[in-house]
Amino acid sequence: MAEALLTVEDLRVGFETDDGRVQAVDGVSFELREGEVLAIVGESGSGKSVTAQTIMGLTRSPNAAFEGRIGFEGEDLLNASQEQLRRVRGNEIAMIFQDPMTSLHPVYKLGWQIAEQIQAHEQVSKADARERATELLRRVGIPSPESRIDNYPHEFSGGMRQRAMIAMALANSPRILIADEPTTALDVTIQAQIISLIGDLRSELGSVILITHDLGVVAEIADRVLVMYGGMVVEQGTLEELFYNPQHPYTWGLLGSLARVDGVKPRRLPSIAGAPPSLIAPPKGCRFRTRCPHEFDRCAELPPLAARAGGTQIDRCWLSPQEKAAKRAVEGRIGLEATA
Amino acid sequence: MSEAADTDALVEVDHLKQYFPIKSGLLIDREVARVHAVDDVTFSLRRGETFGVVGESGCGKSTLSRCLLRLLDPTAGTVRFEGRDITTLSRAQLRPLRSEMQMIFQDPYASLNPRKRVGQIVGDPIKLHGGAKGGEGSVKTRVQTLLERVGLQAEHYNRFPHEFSGGQRQRIGIARALALEPKLIVADEPVSALDVSVQAQIVNLLDDLQDDFGLTYVFVAHDLGVVRHVSDRVAVMYLGKVVEVSPAEELYTKPVHPYTAALLSAIPIPDPRENRARRRVVLQGDVPSPIDPPPACRFHTRCPFATEVCSTVEPPLVDYGGGHLVACHHPQNVSEQEIRAATVAPESPVSAGDLLPEPRGDSARAAAQSSS
Amino acid sequence: MLRFTVRRLAQTFFVLIALSIITFVIFNVIPNGDPALRLAGRTPNPAVVQQIREDFGFNDPLPTQYANLMEKTFKGELESYSNGTNVREELLRGLPNTASLVIGAAIIWVVLGVLFGILAAKYAGRIPDRLITIIGIVGISLPVFWVGALLLYYLTFKVSLFPPGGYTPLTEDPVQWLYHMILPWTTLSILFIGFYSRLLRSNILDTVNEDYVRTARAKGLSERRITTRHVLRNALIPIVTLFGLDFGAAFGGGAILTESIFNLQGVGQYAADSIGTLDLPPILGTVLYGAFFIVLLSALVDIAYAFLDPRIRLSG
Repeated sequence: MAEALLTVEDLRVGFETDDGRVQAVDGVSFELREGEVLAIVGESGSGKSVTAQTIMGLTRSPNAAFEGRIGFEGEDLLNASQEQLRRVRGNEIAMIFQDPMTSLHPVYKLGWQIAEQIQAHEQVSKADARERATELLRRVGIPSPESRIDNYPHEFSGGMRQRAMIAMALANSPRILIADEPTTALDVTIQAQIISLIGDLRSELGSVILITHDLGVVAEIADRVLVMYGGMVVEQGTLEELFYNPQHPYTWGLLGSLARVDGVKPRRLPSIAGAPPSLIAPPKGCRFRTRCPHEFDRCAELPPLAARAGGTQIDRCWLSPQEKAAKRAVEGRIGLEATA
Repeated sequence: MSEAADTDALVEVDHLKQYFPIKSGLLIDREVARVHAVDDVTFSLRRGETFGVVGESGCGKSTLSRCLLRLLDPTAGTVRFEGRDITTLSRAQLRPLRSEMQMIFQDPYASLNPRKRVGQIVGDPIKLHGGAKGGEGSVKTRVQTLLERVGLQAEHYNRFPHEFSGGQRQRIGIARALALEPKLIVADEPVSALDVSVQAQIVNLLDDLQDDFGLTYVFVAHDLGVVRHVSDRVAVMYLGKVVEVSPAEELYTKPVHPYTAALLSAIPIPDPRENRARRRVVLQGDVPSPIDPPPACRFHTRCPFATEVCSTVEPPLVDYGGGHLVACHHPQNVSEQEIRAATVAPESPVSAGDLLPEPRGDSARAAAQSSS
Repeated sequence: MLRFTVRRLAQTFFVLIALSIITFVIFNVIPNGDPALRLAGRTPNPAVVQQIREDFGFNDPLPTQYANLMEKTFKGELESYSNGTNVREELLRGLPNTASLVIGAAIIWVVLGVLFGILAAKYAGRIPDRLITIIGIVGISLPVFWVGALLLYYLTFKVSLFPPGGYTPLTEDPVQWLYHMILPWTTLSILFIGFYSRLLRSNILDTVNEDYVRTARAKGLSERRITTRHVLRNALIPIVTLFGLDFGAAFGGGAILTESIFNLQGVGQYAADSIGTLDLPPILGTVLYGAFFIVLLSALVDIAYAFLDPRIRLSG
């Protein structure tokens, strides 16, 4: 098995707000291995984006409190100095974001923004940086990069902007790319282009952490999947394990409630009742139990993240693997419960 | 009552055009260009059906939905609601009709007035339209009944929007739309701002309400999965034109227009094995500008099957039977027999002419596909 | 750019014409506005008044009077009714005085406003921010005439630290010039420093939450570079706009109070004096002069804006 490149150990991130302390991430641990695409899946408020941004130190603020450890090349990024972090950002770990319109600086030309990324970590001349920026734009599929390099972000389409963001992220050949909802803001046909671009660049990208709510995108490019709910990891496994032998009822619910374009159309969409839990006063015990139709008395106690189904899969649910296999089969497919 | 020719139709849209002028000039502005947002679109809505409209950003689907409610003044063409042409009505004449057609918006955070209580948000339209016959108390009872009907509680009457989650806010928006007992509801991306698990709840709620109140829906969305689930018929738009209209299930199993096929193929399927087995068509490039759309078939610049005719002659909307209309010179997934039987649909744009697709042997089709 | 220039010139022309008509009409409808009566002195002889009316053309129909007045304006022959001085020459005489006041004060208010704004944003919520906020609010709330009077009273009459007003040309005696300008500069800039620092503080605090600033941090740039190149670059744009308009207004004679308190003999004071004597030609002259500067500066602001933000296109 490949070695761990990044290890997150018992990460906790809390933010003080006027309404109380929001525990956005509550004890998350995982490893990112060399060369893999690890998807972190969850809904808004699940803590997936906060986890990713904390790796880069982007959530640091006077209101934030951190616990745990983020190990990368013998350093602890969680407690690293600003200067240590600065050397890692963009250089060893790069990040792309959901909305390429707002994530690029509106008043600078694209070439300038990419050159700035290169020169932040390498001693190269302006001309060389520009040369490399042109080459990067070409590599991410931007036609006639020699002239496009002098365009402003608003002169690019949404898909082109996300390509430019990827070019910038590739600039210093980082070992890890964190992609936070990279396709969510894009049109369907453009999404497909960006996913296929990330696929083509996989060999150059090193390891990828993909933050998304879209299980379709996960199915397409991930190797392993982490499912988050209410600031915690509720299930973790390989792509095959997660899609064909999911252990946590929340995962069943996610898979079941998708309105798909293929297969037989269910008469009603199976949904998950209720709304995601409050992070200020989360339910005691299992975070999902208030929405789970299979709740029983033991759920008042928080289940540990443990291996139960064999393989590499771990999950956070008290049901036995046999019970799970029986309960998740709904109308011939995986779902949380039978539709009314 | 109305003297509609087709009593089954609630809304008839006839050769509707909505252009937005772009003005410029040295001293006095002249119109120098036009955004062709909706360009000669014809269809009708049957009572009680859900008509899905899909397409990428800039295809004109949102503009179309606003034209249906006469929130915009169309450049040309007519929209008839129960047989009455609403495109020429004055503000005063429109007012009684406003209660019959309502809209549900995409962003449940932005579309509710944050300073009003839920009771006011839902109840004000009733009072405004003179529905408060039984006085203040009857409005309150009616609002509370509505709140319960959309899955909220009567006690929520005095709360403010910010106290609710995204899904609950969308329920408030739905209650507001229902308050005047409309016949038509136009929903513009009603679930795209919501989380997946909550999306399903709202979709199911809309489904139930349709049965209970006999509503007709126009469901505008970019998510083809959700549209498939809710719609009876679906129209696919590209750069202001309807390129394909079809009964919903048939569109997903037998997409005839290459653009529809590409859209479907672009959607990743949440099933790793199926995904790997699939052959994907990734469209190159971006959607061209609606200010200066490509001539003839607007999709020809990105179409893998395009030939010379596509850039010179606009394809008419052709009827392949069963209400499946497609505007393409090189239809996919249809047999030679079907092509021979096809006729130009009356819904076809005026500028399109009547050039029917040429039937080709299956071998020619296979060759065309493999060379693309 | 051509389209922009042509449109702006046309706009300027119409603005000036409209303003001149409004000024003329106001002058002719206000009570006791008959200039002939005032020109005739304390005990007017009806025959003299009649003669004056005849000489100055006050008996002509109003449109004719207006046309004559405008013709004189464009020829530079506009003369005061009360003392016969040439308006153009008076304006030109007041210009260096006004320029000294406004340019000097503008430098002070921009430098201090920006400095305080950055400091307040950097220490948002902490003691430096609170101090600057208090100073800013005090500055905004104090009326100019009161600040001016206060400074004069304490620093001139009580301790004789500064001269009691008046103006010495820079070319004559730079030291005296500076000495005379310090109090007027302070008076005029206090208000603006408050405004500018408050505005910049809130702009910076909005900008640091922008996605592109997060991107800049994710790129591994130094905090200093993030602040100067990515945050301030955008946060300063509204300041440029505001500055252009404020500067134009003050230069166009808007610093009436400061000029009058310190007896600077600038354009603003000239305007104030003319209004005091209800003397139409100088009023018209100063109004057109002021309007011209404001229109000019707003055009310059638009050009600067398009230059600073490539998303903006110049349009008339």
